[in-house]
Amino acid sequence: MKVTMRVNGAEKSGDVEPRVLLVDFLRSNLLLTGTHIGCDTTSCGACTVLLDGEPVKSCTLLAVQVDGREIKTVEGIAQGANLAPIQIGFHEEHGLQCGFCTPGMMLVGEALLQRNPNPTDDEIRWAISGNICRCTGYMNIVKAVQHAAKLQAQAANAPEAKQPAMAGGGE
Amino acid sequence: MSSTMHMHGGIGESIKRKEDARFLRGKGNYLDDFVLPNMLHMAILRSPHAHARIKSIDTKAASAKPGVIAVVTGELMAQHKLAWMPTLSGDTQAVLATDKVRFQGQEVAAVVAETLYQAEDARDAIEVEYEILQAVTSPEGAKAAGAPLIRDEKEGQKDNHIYRWESGDKTGTQAAFAKADKVIRLHTFYPRCHPSPLETCGCIADVNGVTGKATIYMTSQAPHAIRTVFALVTGLPEQQIRIISPDIGGGFGNKVPVYPGYVVATAASLLIGRPVKWVEDRTENLISTGFARDYHMTGDLAVDKNGKMLALRVHLDSDNGAFFSDAQPSKFKAGLFHIVTGSYDIPTAHVTADGYYTNKAPGGVAYRCSFRVTEASYLIERLVSNAAMELGIDQAEFRKRNFIQPEQFPYTSATGWVYDSGDYPKAMDVALEQLGYEELKKDVEARRKKGEITGIGIASFTEVVGAGHGAEFDILGLRMFDSAELRVHPTGKALLRMGVKSQGQGHETTFAQIVAEELGIPARDVLVEEGDTDTAPYGLGTYASRSTPVAGAATAMVSRQLRDKARKLAAHLLEADEEDLVWERGKFYVKGSPEKSKTIQEAAFAAYTNLPEGMQPGLEGVHYYDPPNMTYPFGTYAVVVDVDKGTGQVKVKRMVAVDDCGVRINPMIVEGQIQGGLTEGFGIAFMELITFDAEGNCIGSNFMDYLLPTAWETPKFEIGQTVTPSPHHPLGAKGVGESATVGSPAAFVNAVIDALSPYGITNIDMPVTSDKVWAALRSKGVTE
Repeated sequence: MKVTMRVNGAEKSGDVEPRVLLVDFLRSNLLLTGTHIGCDTTSCGACTVLLDGEPVKSCTLLAVQVDGREIKTVEGIAQGANLAPIQIGFHEEHGLQCGFCTPGMMLVGEALLQRNPNPTDDEIRWAISGNICRCTGYMNIVKAVQHAAKLQAQAANAPEAKQPAMAGGGE
Repeated sequence: MSSTMHMHGGIGESIKRKEDARFLRGKGNYLDDFVLPNMLHMAILRSPHAHARIKSIDTKAASAKPGVIAVVTGELMAQHKLAWMPTLSGDTQAVLATDKVRFQGQEVAAVVAETLYQAEDARDAIEVEYEILQAVTSPEGAKAAGAPLIRDEKEGQKDNHIYRWESGDKTGTQAAFAKADKVIRLHTFYPRCHPSPLETCGCIADVNGVTGKATIYMTSQAPHAIRTVFALVTGLPEQQIRIISPDIGGGFGNKVPVYPGYVVATAASLLIGRPVKWVEDRTENLISTGFARDYHMTGDLAVDKNGKMLALRVHLDSDNGAFFSDAQPSKFKAGLFHIVTGSYDIPTAHVTADGYYTNKAPGGVAYRCSFRVTEASYLIERLVSNAAMELGIDQAEFRKRNFIQPEQFPYTSATGWVYDSGDYPKAMDVALEQLGYEELKKDVEARRKKGEITGIGIASFTEVVGAGHGAEFDILGLRMFDSAELRVHPTGKALLRMGVKSQGQGHETTFAQIVAEELGIPARDVLVEEGDTDTAPYGLGTYASRSTPVAGAATAMVSRQLRDKARKLAAHLLEADEEDLVWERGKFYVKGSPEKSKTIQEAAFAAYTNLPEGMQPGLEGVHYYDPPNMTYPFGTYAVVVDVDKGTGQVKVKRMVAVDDCGVRINPMIVEGQIQGGLTEGFGIAFMELITFDAEGNCIGSNFMDYLLPTAWETPKFEIGQTVTPSPHHPLGAKGVGESATVGSPAAFVNAVIDALSPYGITNIDMPVTSDKVWAALRSKGVTE
């Protein structure tokens, strides 16, 4: 079946079997391997992408279900060379270790900040509770989202200020 | 701290991680992200039964399915002498079953096809006829009269017993028990759980038919050891095997062993002449790869009337599953369980263990643990709390009365191990202070009077990590050393390659910081590479908290080695005597004339351009570090819980964790390790369980049944520290990756038992779920 969707702002098409999962379409057909597979049962959230701005688990959607709709993956978070606030938050607050859950966590965090620009600790924990992280213990992920919230608020107050591109780390 | 120091990235600075850049952009390189030209996909058919004889395997229909290139059976593997493989614990394990299946999920056959969907379709078309046999699901069942013989293929194996292991002094312990005023007993089962890294295990085997070179991409925590094991198993010459361990999505011990899928994929690639990818799904990961714990433990603690510990006696029955493939040093059948005397000055101890085969998955791995240290620590810390309760002594006071004192180090334990350093009373004082223990005790008392159920739990754990020394610690004879190769380029930038392999621990940052400290090259100028056996120096890998204790030490040593050469180069450039030079991080200057100096970068340039007569060019070196002893991190954890009478639900109100891992290289990364470890400890204490029904069906085969903590359940941790440097480590560091998982389960459970103690409840085995607490309360007549 032919399927067409907007992925990270660009139109993408493919010819897939009806049974092909969205996560497999993204990873195998579009080579967007930042979306990961962790469990197959919609439990872990490593495969989270944004569907029309809302977090969904791409291991539990068929590619054909998404025909004509808009998908955002981790590869679409950064604004060109500049990291988005959510990415800076994760870096600054050590919100990632092995990095495997990070794409899903960041997308959920970004979607949360869209509808709630200043979430409490509990609101963040509830929002990311469909995503499992085995490394961090979540405390720094919560801080990372709050860090991003602050950056977004600053940017809203001073829209001309440019977001810095992150250096290679080690600074 | 000045901003210049911050830029440098030396020891003690919480610089941000270098590895983040690619992960934040979704550009990590995990195993499943690799696509090789002409790559095929493999799916494994697994046994639905725990114990059954294979009567026939029919692959005709599967072979005819679209896209199928090959169907591999045990019979085919046997033709290449690969139906069985050796394990890390000196046993054998079936690669693909030929005679019987011995656990549910065991590998029976494999399909190689053009796509994964096709491989899985064809796998489902393989027909296997089984004769179901009685399953054994516990050590008790394994030793019962008339129990079926699981390993009937092993010559001389008459029952399901694997090993008897013993440590300590039996006679002395008996004598001490005879004189005891009181003996406290705890029988507890540390259930089977699973490390479940978010990324499952897998490999891509690419055997080049022309050159014979086998390149195997693999989610491996120990790529070099795996290369050697592969050479031994397959008979391929070792220089023709290249293991590449790419970015790893968490390991926690699960990615140490060699799994049958790796061997089958390699054999398939060899036979077909194309790359073959095999990646487990979550169920395969949970039901077939390295589990953890499954220890049935009985501990007796002898004390005198003053509350002084006299002796410890422990027996444990270990459930090892169908093949004894524990990933641990070869000489240690029960890992490092010797640490069971913990933080206490117990004069004598005797420990025995029996290992049993059962019809359960094999592969006891150390789930964020240094080889069975977690089980030992759990037993002693639970036993000590129960003893304090029974003696009517405050649990903190009872511990303090029996701690090994700071002046007793180096301390030889009753099981013969030499603890390098420690200050247990201090860590406890810091924790109790941070918790507000005395006030809290009053609060607990007041609330209990009102009928509330609340309690405080403490654990003062001691770990033993950083294996070797190589004379005692080996894996299949390979000494447990580790390595660092440092190349300083003419422009003063450096490449550091290591024998260990990060799975999220932040090696690219931490080890660059060691070079920054010891050789003065800023951390941002040091590129750290690991995981490719063709380029990295040989090492035994990352597990058992050994990377910083062993490879970190190797990094310090190689940096010092190059600094010595740089000193000669600087002396040459300054036309000074090398003895007259003073080292200040990043430069040498002439004593008394600080303006006459040469930076490390200038010395590096000279190594390639302007050398003293007779000196070899270059500024490169390698160091293989064989540690003189293990390191002994420790700490005190304290937990406060409330229990709901109506539902049995436990709510962790507070958790204070004071860790002493010696010198901290990057405190931010260390705290991240601790927070993650506490969360896994929390999961083990309250949620995670791999169990089996009477037929040997695995309950806990997916993330809807095997429960992992999410952000919603996970408590907020209060972190504290003390610093007692290791006297034998070049940097004083001890390793920290696992302390929190080792120490925290006992702290959590002790808190629950303390809360329930007014009702006469003395034990609930993990995971401490609401239904178990509810049942315990009801059994004592407690209702809402």
